[in-house]
Amino acid sequence: MSILGNRVLRKEDPRFLRGEGRYVENLPLEGALTVTFVRSLFAHARIAGVDKSAAEALPNVQVLTGADIDVGPIPPPPFPGLEQGMARPLVAVDTVRFVGDIVAIVLSDGRAAGADAAELVMVDYDPLPVVVKPADAAKDEVLLFPELGTNVAARSGSAEHDEKLFDGCDVVVSGTNISQRMAPSPLEPRSAAAEVGPDGRVTAWLSTQTPHQDRMVLAGVLGLDPADVRVIAPDVGGGFGAKMLGVEELLIVWLARKVGKPVRWTETRSESMVALSHGRAQHQSYTIGGTRDGKVLAYRLEALQDCGAYPALGAFLPNLTALMSSGVYAIQRIEFEGRSVVTNTTPISAFRGAGRPEATQAIERALDAFAAELELDPVEVRRTNLIPKDAFPHTTVTHAAYDSGDYEGALDLALHAAGLEELRDEQRRRREEGGAKQLGIGISCYVEITNGIDETEFGEVEITEDGGAIVRTGSFSHGQGHETTFAMIAAERLGLPVEQVTVVKGDTDDVARGTGTYGSKSTQIGGMAARLAADEVVERAKQLVADYFEAGVADISLDLALGRFRVVDAPEPSLSWPELAARAAADGRLGELKMAHDFKSSPTFPFGAHVAVVEVDTETGQVELLRLVAVDDAGTLINPLIAEGQVHGGVATGVSQALYEQVVYDEDGTPLTSTFVGYAFPSSADLPLWEVVEMETPTPVNPLGAKGIGESGTIGATPAVHSAVLDALAPQGVRHIDLPANGENVWRAIQEAKS
Amino acid sequence: MTKIAVTVNGTLHEAEVEPRTLLVYFLREQLGMKGTNVGCDTTSCGACTVLIDGESVKSCTVLAVQADGSEVTTVEGLADGDELHVVQQAFHEQHALQCGYCTPGFVMATVSLLKENPNPTEDEIRHGLEGNLCRCTGYHNIVRAVQAAARAGT
Repeated sequence: MSILGNRVLRKEDPRFLRGEGRYVENLPLEGALTVTFVRSLFAHARIAGVDKSAAEALPNVQVLTGADIDVGPIPPPPFPGLEQGMARPLVAVDTVRFVGDIVAIVLSDGRAAGADAAELVMVDYDPLPVVVKPADAAKDEVLLFPELGTNVAARSGSAEHDEKLFDGCDVVVSGTNISQRMAPSPLEPRSAAAEVGPDGRVTAWLSTQTPHQDRMVLAGVLGLDPADVRVIAPDVGGGFGAKMLGVEELLIVWLARKVGKPVRWTETRSESMVALSHGRAQHQSYTIGGTRDGKVLAYRLEALQDCGAYPALGAFLPNLTALMSSGVYAIQRIEFEGRSVVTNTTPISAFRGAGRPEATQAIERALDAFAAELELDPVEVRRTNLIPKDAFPHTTVTHAAYDSGDYEGALDLALHAAGLEELRDEQRRRREEGGAKQLGIGISCYVEITNGIDETEFGEVEITEDGGAIVRTGSFSHGQGHETTFAMIAAERLGLPVEQVTVVKGDTDDVARGTGTYGSKSTQIGGMAARLAADEVVERAKQLVADYFEAGVADISLDLALGRFRVVDAPEPSLSWPELAARAAADGRLGELKMAHDFKSSPTFPFGAHVAVVEVDTETGQVELLRLVAVDDAGTLINPLIAEGQVHGGVATGVSQALYEQVVYDEDGTPLTSTFVGYAFPSSADLPLWEVVEMETPTPVNPLGAKGIGESGTIGATPAVHSAVLDALAPQGVRHIDLPANGENVWRAIQEAKS
Repeated sequence: MTKIAVTVNGTLHEAEVEPRTLLVYFLREQLGMKGTNVGCDTTSCGACTVLIDGESVKSCTVLAVQADGSEVTTVEGLADGDELHVVQQAFHEQHALQCGYCTPGFVMATVSLLKENPNPTEDEIRHGLEGNLCRCTGYHNIVRAVQAAARAGT
């Protein structure tokens, strides 16, 4: 019986439970200098001068400024259409563009000494006009890069309007939606260290999701041969899309080479909240039209994407929003127009979902608004428009090639688990009673894309002398449990116990190549690469056994239950993995039992349906989430325990976007949410138990049948909860609430509806 | 510099510390005990939770000099050799950790919670642990782990 599909407890747990996590900050690095960054307190200003004399008067302190840096600036990522002129200096030279921009670097012999010295670095700022809101940035009045004459960093979709888009529609409804700016907030702040070895090679220890890609960027920016750069990502305390190479990591490696000593840096939380990239920050306008019986005929979505001060991945994400704009619905006419603009705020990059939550939030709000206008049941309007089960594979008019799905099945499962009829009865009862606390029920249907850009991942399997196996993967795990999931995948093909399979990742010297982890792609490409490498090792092993038994290789079989090779149909002779490995080692042939595989795949499209139940206090605006039922279908599950954990965390983040979190700036561009005191990171007291309902519709795209599960929960939950809050307040005439639907925003919406 | 004597996981340590040194950095940097993590600088996240004389505290908000003369228990002091503490075992079995960074703090806070209230309700668990933040688990399996540890008895 296959180990796959079993709730195997995680192999990586014990070291974390014992306090033996190997985070970068825990690395002993003899004689390392501590790096402290001096960051701009102004959102937009000219630097008139930097006086470092007082800081450098302290013992063992050295201060560097932008003039000392001989690399950079860093252009935006090379995505098509991204304005390459909006480059980011590693350290600001003459202009700062957001609170958090680096203006100086302090090298000292400790954390406290560095903080003391950083306070003594005197920066003379001449403030410039500030632009915080993307709609203001789009006016091109205050410019971040005046030489370019515009704040527009990228465009997506088409600026052309089809005048006939809504022809034939009985009803056309428009609205707006803000997918508000969020701080990814991994619990481990970033940490980096670097050291140049006697051979001139540099080793960088990074808290990152993408060690191999970071190595290439480091080598490219610093003008090094990639062979002379080793990146080690040890244990990483969460990433959520934000932990990829930033200017800080580049500077740490540059500094180690510059000063000839090891250097290290660990972010404080208040530094992280302004310096680590943020996510979302997309302002949307939608128009949806269709027939009176609820059939959607046309949909138009305009997205204004806030890039923050320097365009990064976030500038490109509206392309993913465009691709996924049709959602789970068969819509024949769709227009998308996206503009990405720079503002004097922290740069925007990926955050759990990255471009797809925005698509789902838009179409689900539009569907609800359309149903409300028609006075039809939002569930029935969804049913009318869902892509049917027998239509897969299905390519949307936005060119998303959905692999497999059963959207109505997911919806039915979610509604059944939630007990929709009973909920509606309870809602009716409360409305009739007219008390302050009203019930709201929200439904969302979603589809998302994982491994969105057809990537390739590396896997290698090696049999060790004791007959166990090592799996080397170019994928990375910063909480996702690869050490268990990938071990299961290889163990199943090798016929070994999971305990005998060790997963190695994150060290570019030990793992030949890789892409890292983002976009929920690990299992479907990294897991597949490990599986195929294991298959190839089994073939090699059969050849060895055939040689030893003087039999034909076609007659050798591997009994997966016992991990034993034998000649077909004969109980003896036989060889177990340990016996084979020992014999091969003695013969100098163990090296034959090591195979690598690079697996490339097209995207997969996980989907699902969520039902949220909220209680809204119509007097205070307070919202309590009572229930969240989540059906998240990610194809075949390798380890349901780990998959559920991914859903739990994803749902929490989706709920939190709906109800709690928001990065806020004042009009001067000063962040008001730059600590965990000010930022509404939810605790256990703010969230309920999740009701997760399993559903597995395998993908035909890979032999595992697996899709990605890391971001689905986030994507499904936000619109369900948002919808539930609006549903509770429908009798009050509330039709729109900006996220987060916290007490203040809900109370304001109620007051507006009254007036 | 101030001289302090602190017993950590049963071992007495005498050391000279700057008066401004926080307990967590005394543990991490002076004693080299890296099991206790730092997740924020505002006493919000609880990643640095340890026990002082059996009571949970956030060690980023306690000065090392305040711990003078007391007994500190950190996550490194919980397991009995190869055998995990009941709370650690429950976190493992309930998949109550993912990236692991908040885990030492949650485990220590749970030890303290269950000492005060051996049979907490779900609501008591949620409020008892609201000083600890986790980004990975959505708290679901952490609540389950605390319930499991309570059932197993600490």
